[in-house]
Amino acid sequence: MKLFNISTEPIDNQNVIDQVIHHNAGAVSVFIGTVREMTGDKQTKLLEYEAYVPMAEKQLEKIGQEIEEKWPSAKTAITHRIGTLQISDVAVTIAVSTPHRHEAFEACRYAIERIKEIVPIWKKEHYTDGEEWIGNQKGTQSYPSGRPERVEK
Amino acid sequence: MVHILLFASLAQQAGTQKVSISVDKSATVEEIRTMLQTQVGKLAGIEGALVALNEEYVELSDQVKDGDTVAFIPPVSGG
Repeated sequence: MKLFNISTEPIDNQNVIDQVIHHNAGAVSVFIGTVREMTGDKQTKLLEYEAYVPMAEKQLEKIGQEIEEKWPSAKTAITHRIGTLQISDVAVTIAVSTPHRHEAFEACRYAIERIKEIVPIWKKEHYTDGEEWIGNQKGTQSYPSGRPERVEK
Repeated sequence: MVHILLFASLAQQAGTQKVSISVDKSATVEEIRTMLQTQVGKLAGIEGALVALNEEYVELSDQVKDGDTVAFIPPVSGG
């Protein structure tokens, strides 16, 4: 299994976790993103995820490298699922191991925020009353200056 | 040929994920973006899309050459 993976199959959380456990890890922090039914008064029936797969895997790997630079003993594994997902299905699983707990929490949070900025994955909401491609959830719908903050060439 | 990849709302509007464009000499990403819309029609939101050249983010002024893959990346929504 790859450390940084885009998968069309359901995610096995334990597989992602097992990849970061090693003898000098003292903490593993895990983030699991799942499909939510209600967003405000909109009801989701299902979600469709699409990715630019080879680039998305490269960008996930880049996030892993950024984490290693910020928290040198950290080890990261990320799997993101694409295709059609139902309510409560797991869309993304991130596991980060570090020697101590504090860094594991911080690094895991960092990983999910970066996914939402730089990884070419898109989500189409199928609501009970229509459908739409969702733009950047970090705030703006477009990138007026050409690129979002902290996207490097 | 320059290979163009479209995703999400851009692919939906174009009715395809892949478009090929022949370029005589090298062109900038911005020129490719104009040529693309001459071929498939106006794509709403493409000005706000990031661009990747051979799977790396680039600027509009970067040069594209024959055989390259240019992907237009609308605001992402993974996670």
